[in-house]
Amino acid sequence: MDFVQNFPFMSIILSLFSGPLSSILSGKWAKRVNTAVIVIIGIMSACVLGYVTGTGEEFIYYMGHFPAPWGNEIRVGELEAFMALFFCAIMLLSMLGGTKERLTQIEDSKQNLYYIMVNLLLCSLLALIYTNDLFTAYVFVEINTISACGLIMIRQNGRTFEAAIRYMIMSLLGSGLLLLGICFLYSVTGHLLMSNIQQQVQLLAASGEYHIPLLVALGLMSVGLAIKSALYPFHSWLPDAYGYSTVSSAAILSSLVSKGYIFLLIKIFYRVIGFEIVCDSKVIHVLYVFGIMGMIMGSVNAIQENNIRRMIAFSSVAQIGYIYMGLGLGTEAGVVASVYHVLSHAATKSLLFVAASGLTDASGGKVRFEDLQGAGYRHRLAGIAFTVGSLSMVGLPMFSGFISKLLFSQEAVGHNHKMLPTLIALAVSTVLNAVYFMKTVITIYMPAPKDTEADRQGRNIAMAEQPGKSVALICFIILNLMLGLSSEPIIHLIQNGLEMFY
Amino acid sequence: MSKKVSQEQYEKTFSYRFRRWLDGVKDPFLDTVEMKPQEEFHEDEETVRQHGEDIRQHIQHAYDLEHNAEVKIFRKIYKIFSILFCVFLVAMLLEAVSELPTFGEAENPVNNEVAERYIEKGLQETGAVNIVTGMILDYRAFDTLGESHVLFIATCTVLILLRVDKKGGQESIEADDRHYEPKDDVILQTVARILVPPIFIFGIYVILAGHLGPGGGFSGGAVIGAGLILYQNAFGFTKTEKFFTAKTYRIMSFGALACYSIAKSYSFYTGANHIESVIPLGNPGAILSSGLILLLNICVGIVVAGTMYTFYAMFRRGGY
Repeated sequence: MDFVQNFPFMSIILSLFSGPLSSILSGKWAKRVNTAVIVIIGIMSACVLGYVTGTGEEFIYYMGHFPAPWGNEIRVGELEAFMALFFCAIMLLSMLGGTKERLTQIEDSKQNLYYIMVNLLLCSLLALIYTNDLFTAYVFVEINTISACGLIMIRQNGRTFEAAIRYMIMSLLGSGLLLLGICFLYSVTGHLLMSNIQQQVQLLAASGEYHIPLLVALGLMSVGLAIKSALYPFHSWLPDAYGYSTVSSAAILSSLVSKGYIFLLIKIFYRVIGFEIVCDSKVIHVLYVFGIMGMIMGSVNAIQENNIRRMIAFSSVAQIGYIYMGLGLGTEAGVVASVYHVLSHAATKSLLFVAASGLTDASGGKVRFEDLQGAGYRHRLAGIAFTVGSLSMVGLPMFSGFISKLLFSQEAVGHNHKMLPTLIALAVSTVLNAVYFMKTVITIYMPAPKDTEADRQGRNIAMAEQPGKSVALICFIILNLMLGLSSEPIIHLIQNGLEMFY
Repeated sequence: MSKKVSQEQYEKTFSYRFRRWLDGVKDPFLDTVEMKPQEEFHEDEETVRQHGEDIRQHIQHAYDLEHNAEVKIFRKIYKIFSILFCVFLVAMLLEAVSELPTFGEAENPVNNEVAERYIEKGLQETGAVNIVTGMILDYRAFDTLGESHVLFIATCTVLILLRVDKKGGQESIEADDRHYEPKDDVILQTVARILVPPIFIFGIYVILAGHLGPGGGFSGGAVIGAGLILYQNAFGFTKTEKFFTAKTYRIMSFGALACYSIAKSYSFYTGANHIESVIPLGNPGAILSSGLILLLNICVGIVVAGTMYTFYAMFRRGGY
């Protein structure tokens, strides 16, 4: 066994260990530890990615002395390693982009608690990515939920408490449904290990036994994870949670937490139930319809919003809708497009949140559109970054959003029943996206009228004044262009990774 | 500023006419339009007052929930739909459950090679007489590692929410339960004096004997936590804090979790790389047996006891 194969396990344990370690450190040191941990795990994931691409096949890692159905194990393929690397990169940049806000918005004595949450969140994301066992996945979903709650309410004001309570209720409902689904699956298959469940499910599906419990289990798990990742009718917790928490939290929640659940759902579809059986069931049609509704309604809500951060949050609802719509198409290429959109949305949404915080900094902390006039001139880098993010969300060529929309529509063309609704929804949603994002871009580049609110409160912010945010924004822009301009190898990697799921 | 062409010549050029058209000075249909600078917007006091009144009435109307017909209708529909939804959900789950294999049958899918090995080889492979402990702390130790961190992060979240840091010491008596202490309740103190030592000893026993019989870190830790809460209730914070403060909790839980992580890392690493572990399994039934399980039980016990007590202390008014 090569030494590199230990890296996934080491990255999980390292992030897990750094959580309690941060509890006895001061805020300053906890921050250093957190940065170091994310960087180390990123490097290790890159090594693992290189190794797996080199050998061309996945590997299994025992967590203990006992082989799989008895002990725990983790499974590492190309897509898993890439996801781990990508999540680390996004998390590092999101933390970097919100350094100053964390210092001012979080009480001094609670600084280190923030890093406990972030470290354990990273750990749970890694475990969700790598695990090959449904129950392990559930345990880490719990950690993920609690730490996300902590991230929301650590900036203490009334709105964040309300948002955290909403998030907790909805998210626990989702966890409960997921757990129920796992229980159903366990009692009809007798296994918790993903590969073993799949064998049993194939047998049961062939014989037609336990049809209803299987269907209910699939439905419960899909709905549970859909609630947790804010699919349209279950999105009510989202705008406040993203809109009022501190910047790093909003960026991490929107681009990582919900994506971790979506990745778990894809894993359940492929590795637990089997993609053919999922496609034969009616569950994906439900996901498809909800996805389409989300694409339209999320954008409509975003247009009505007058608060820039809540607008970006509502835009997340629309983008999550795209991802579920891709899953709902029920084809291999649809899932590839969805995974690509997971990456593109994660890279863009965190960029938008950080850029929006730069713009509000330049407008005296105000978040309403009328106060943001001319903010693009007062904080030039944030203005450029926001424009890049908006163009990417709208789907202009060169930026990452274009590629995922292209993949979605390519896949929709020629699809039996879902071609027309998909294309129409894509078109309508793109226009709506353009309406609210371009409105914002025009607003921030409109010269502020003299002697108004915006002019009096705004001040110019140079790049050097907020070094962390500037570096993060530049990296985000580069990442976005990379995803948009060299999509071929990444799509190839996703396809390979999904093949390894079988 | 110098001009290359005179004003008259310039007025004849296309660009001049285009600019006039663009500025709206010249209209193709109406010819020249007289441009007037816009007057500055003025509001007299009466309209301002009227506006304020309008907004106030609007708000009053919107929040007058008792006379709001829309809210009433919405609430009714909401109630009906939530009842329908619950009935549907219950019916669906009942239907699905009735299709499940009968509980406890020997042929059920859950009675497969996994459970068989746990029962038949559990003692031999883990060295724990209590096979449940062997399962959660050896076969599936990774899950339990995650689970103990769930407890830890739950306390941290409660700390974020409820810990109030002293600001200048100007807190009212209402906001702090400590002002009522010590209560000096004779009955409570006497009972606590008698009960607390046996509770602690019993908790420690349950933790230490986790691999030999029913018990383990989770249950033993809960017993010790209950003992701590009883002691605190009887004797107050001043006495409890002589041996257990927030700092003690932090260091203890860090020590326990770090110990757990390191011990299990060793076992995961050796297991995955197929290296023989140097930790002996010992004699089944002896207190020092079953490899790492005893140590892990103690770690879990410390975390659980600390978590229980910290939750209690945090939910009281006043600092911790």
